Amino acid sequence: MSGRVEFVHGDYACAMAAIDAGCRFFASYPITPSTEIAEYMARELPKVGGVFIQFEDELGSIMAIIGASWAGLKAMTATSGPGICLMAEAIGFAAMTETPCVIVDVQRAGPATGAATRPWQGDLQQVKWLSSGDYEIIALYPWSVQETYFLTIDAFNLAEMYRVPVFFLLDAVVGHMREKLVIPPKDQIKIVNRKKPSGVPDEESRKRFKPYEPDPETLVPPMACFGEGWRTRCETSAHDEWGLPADNKSDVHGALVKRLCDKIRKNRDKIVKWDIAFCEGSLDYLIVSEGFMARICKAAVLELREKGLKIGLFRPITIWPFPDKELREVASKVSKKIFVIEMNYGQVYKEVTRFSENVELIPWLSYEPPTPRDIINLIRERI
Amino acid sequence: MKHPLDEYLRIEAFPTIWCPGCGNGIVLGAIARALKRAKVDPDKVVLVTGIGCAGRMATYLYTDNAHVLHGRAIPFATGVKLAKPDLEVIVVGGDGDILAIGGNHLIHAARRNMDLLVIMVNNQIYGMTGGQVAPTSPLGAYTTTTPYGNIIERPFNAVKLVAAAGANYVARWTVAHPIQLTLSIKECLKKRGFRFIEVVSICPTIYGRLNKLGGAPNMIKLLRKISVVKKVPPEEAEISADKIVCGVFVNKDEEGYMDRLIKYRERALRT
Repeated sequence: MSGRVEFVHGDYACAMAAIDAGCRFFASYPITPSTEIAEYMARELPKVGGVFIQFEDELGSIMAIIGASWAGLKAMTATSGPGICLMAEAIGFAAMTETPCVIVDVQRAGPATGAATRPWQGDLQQVKWLSSGDYEIIALYPWSVQETYFLTIDAFNLAEMYRVPVFFLLDAVVGHMREKLVIPPKDQIKIVNRKKPSGVPDEESRKRFKPYEPDPETLVPPMACFGEGWRTRCETSAHDEWGLPADNKSDVHGALVKRLCDKIRKNRDKIVKWDIAFCEGSLDYLIVSEGFMARICKAAVLELREKGLKIGLFRPITIWPFPDKELREVASKVSKKIFVIEMNYGQVYKEVTRFSENVELIPWLSYEPPTPRDIINLIRERI
Repeated sequence: MKHPLDEYLRIEAFPTIWCPGCGNGIVLGAIARALKRAKVDPDKVVLVTGIGCAGRMATYLYTDNAHVLHGRAIPFATGVKLAKPDLEVIVVGGDGDILAIGGNHLIHAARRNMDLLVIMVNNQIYGMTGGQVAPTSPLGAYTTTTPYGNIIERPFNAVKLVAAAGANYVARWTVAHPIQLTLSIKECLKKRGFRFIEVVSICPTIYGRLNKLGGAPNMIKLLRKISVVKKVPPEEAEISADKIVCGVFVNKDEEGYMDRLIKYRERALRT
């Protein structure tokens, strides 16, 4: 791959990619281990005509990015688990108002204040089930600095395409790890911008314009932004296609909630990403692992295979929607057992148990990440 | 038949959800009149509201508008203004929305002198949820959560608070002062920085009943009786069950956040 070569940590790669994806608004509240993203944005955004603002709390920063998105800018915030907690209600708001935005969660050890500088893969279920009611979100999870760059671009593109909040999950280990990053030339980066309503707003077209009328194919409504002349409505209450409150019309409310979910569920084949390694041919064992833990597992799998063990690796890259269909296909070839190895007490494990009984969780509950040798030993103890 | 304010109102959303005698309609009318008199292009206005009775106002003004989460209208509006500085961004909220759950955003927006106009409709109670004590309920008031009379929760004086936090413009009117209120909003539309107008309103359905104030006409009469227009510094802008000092208490022209943002960007490019 050609391009500019950098040696940076994951937090910076994320911030660099955000600006390259067209992000021009960033609001956040300081929290370890995500602050480097804010610091990079504070330094670089003013130079490209963008806005950085440090808010009084996470409740404010998430609302500001939603407001900026409605005013037409691509917008992002970055935080960690405790900050995500404070954003819970606003995530439901972003889903309800179909606001494209990116929320970076550089995970730290929880629950509660936990341990600020320590890694933990503890927020995977949190980002899915954060707010009240039924809605869908997208969550991406890289395992390297290079992938952080590419997936951050994807996060913005998916947010714009589906008008949905997209979570970008980072491990503290990747966020704070420096490694080689190749930044491709601008013309090789695919950028997606939200679809706008067709036509020009005037007295007549404005009267006919429905801010929440979906495209019948994608189920996503084209987005009119503030100041464009459409007199559009951002509505947090149950609303009809005109954007007018419909909190006394249960059929309208039901149809809205269904569409908010279906626009992601029905497009899931276009959204899900996953990675498999060494899964060709028959398998006795399969490791399912995500984020940086999968990278350590990959080294372990390579060595175990050299010793003759028929073992493969499956890595979900979109945690939400979860690549269950793809994993099920690989899992059907496994003759003995699936191991889910993650730095938590069973979060992806829960998803795998939905379709397989032959699965064992190997939780790694320690600040120190395992070595490939640790993983090999854990597998050997079990086979 | 056409009403002179039709062009500023989202007619298809009427009738409003507000109770007969509610003060919110007077505030909505004042905003629409001020926009019309100031000849503001409705395409360049965004009305942002939070949750509560006053929060429903965003439904009725025919501009771009946003009905957002409880307490979060100010940060949402801040994002809008920063993203599109040529828009006139107006926030309307009740006293619970702006002063209780959104209180932190209020003082920080005033501290930043953020270029927003915030109109707080103070009906001294949580109306939509059925009449609970608010951070503005006067001492002695009966509410459903101070059933023995409020001798326990001291009320905020929003004028003093926002003035102390550094806003460019701070005023207080009541819904019995619709002309002064309209002129005040019109004046704010030409100003930069953080502009705050408290409008003491009436809630005849709940506050009026619980406190035996005799319905909307009597409550308006009472407002007129206890309010006095004064040219005094914000520290003297008293508000209680017996006295409401109205007027414009702060009217400065200090740099707003947007002015400083432009300078800051220039500095970033030079560095």
